[in-house]
Amino acid sequence: MVMSENMQKYDVIIIGAGPAGLAAAIYTSRAILSTLVIDESSAGGQVKTTHQVANYPGFVEPIAGHELAANMRKQAEKYGTEFKLAADIINLHLSNQEKWVELDDEGKYTAEFVIIATGSSPRLLNIPGEKDYKGSGISYCATCDGEFYKDKDIFVIGGGNSAMEESLLLLQFVKSITVIHQFDNLQAEKITADKVTTNPKVNILWSHEPRAFYKKENKMVVEAENLKTNKRIRLERDGIFVFVGLVPNSTLVKNTPIQLTKYGYVITSPQMETNIRGVYAAGDIRDKKHRQITIAVGDGTIAALEIIHRV
Amino acid sequence: MLHTNLEHIESEEQLKELIENNEKVAVCCGRMGPMCIPVYDIFEIFQEKYPDIQFRDMDFDTPAAIIIKNLPECRGFWGLPYTIYYRNGKVVKATSSIQTAKEVKSVIDEVFA
Repeated sequence: MVMSENMQKYDVIIIGAGPAGLAAAIYTSRAILSTLVIDESSAGGQVKTTHQVANYPGFVEPIAGHELAANMRKQAEKYGTEFKLAADIINLHLSNQEKWVELDDEGKYTAEFVIIATGSSPRLLNIPGEKDYKGSGISYCATCDGEFYKDKDIFVIGGGNSAMEESLLLLQFVKSITVIHQFDNLQAEKITADKVTTNPKVNILWSHEPRAFYKKENKMVVEAENLKTNKRIRLERDGIFVFVGLVPNSTLVKNTPIQLTKYGYVITSPQMETNIRGVYAAGDIRDKKHRQITIAVGDGTIAALEIIHRV
Repeated sequence: MLHTNLEHIESEEQLKELIENNEKVAVCCGRMGPMCIPVYDIFEIFQEKYPDIQFRDMDFDTPAAIIIKNLPECRGFWGLPYTIYYRNGKVVKATSSIQTAKEVKSVIDEVFA
């Protein structure tokens, strides 16, 4: 890293410290390219919040997600990667000629190559009441909070894989689950969906979407709209679990010239390069069909190798 | 058992002594779960950034955690982790469930400024 015009200069800046960003960092650092990884949170991306990872090659027994994430970070550090974590990115400039990142209180950083690896996050419903009752009636993790709802009646919002997998876990604790789903069929894999739907403790409110959450004494109230009739109903239970998929973390790049799909994913070439020369994207933020840790690692590796080749 | 690089609080006495002898204390009480780990990580990073604040964690399942669970500020909390901010021995803020680095920073700016 060198200083120039009040900017600290690196060969490569990687924004995002999930598996894609860390895999890229391991490769670029091993190629003796000075590498800075910046993340607005801690290292590990979604992997660190995954209870156990059973499909990552090389681990015969499942490994805890936070452990896998910590190992990836340590491996990158071992080869010289520098980190700015829990950083507040206040400016990102990306053009063919110039690339720099400005962090609140921590200055500006520039590099010839930038890899965007900001990943994706669980989708919020962004409806009234959701933020107000997070952790006091609304939860996003069955493993963490299921036990609080022992013998209680709850809602599960969503009908995809995560909603059904988490419902299976919740069924160990709760008295009943009312699934609220926007379609009239579940999107989850049949084997998991069947286990949930055949459980006598489960009933499903099809073609409904929550519009607001309230609290009425100790109960949580969902105001849900029937998407076929537009009629709204209010239902009460003890708690609400929300599992409605993922959204790309693309807020940061929305004000740059990087091309995104209408869903907010970054468009890249097969070499992971975006429409801006020297700017790559890797991992869940990239437009593609499948999103897995192994694929993110592959994306990061390709981006890093392309950069190493160009240097 | 928490596997973090934070100092753990293992008894009620330890917590009482900590908040009596330090102006600014933040305690994250949880398990090694997906909502808790990110908050421990943020605390680890912020330990260096805010040396005047004592950051600790506490296992939600130890008997000593009753001191956190029984706080009036935690009444109605149904999501881990419980994160408690003490100033001059008194609770000045408590949050439930996962928090981002920005949210933790915002609480720190609000209660420890």
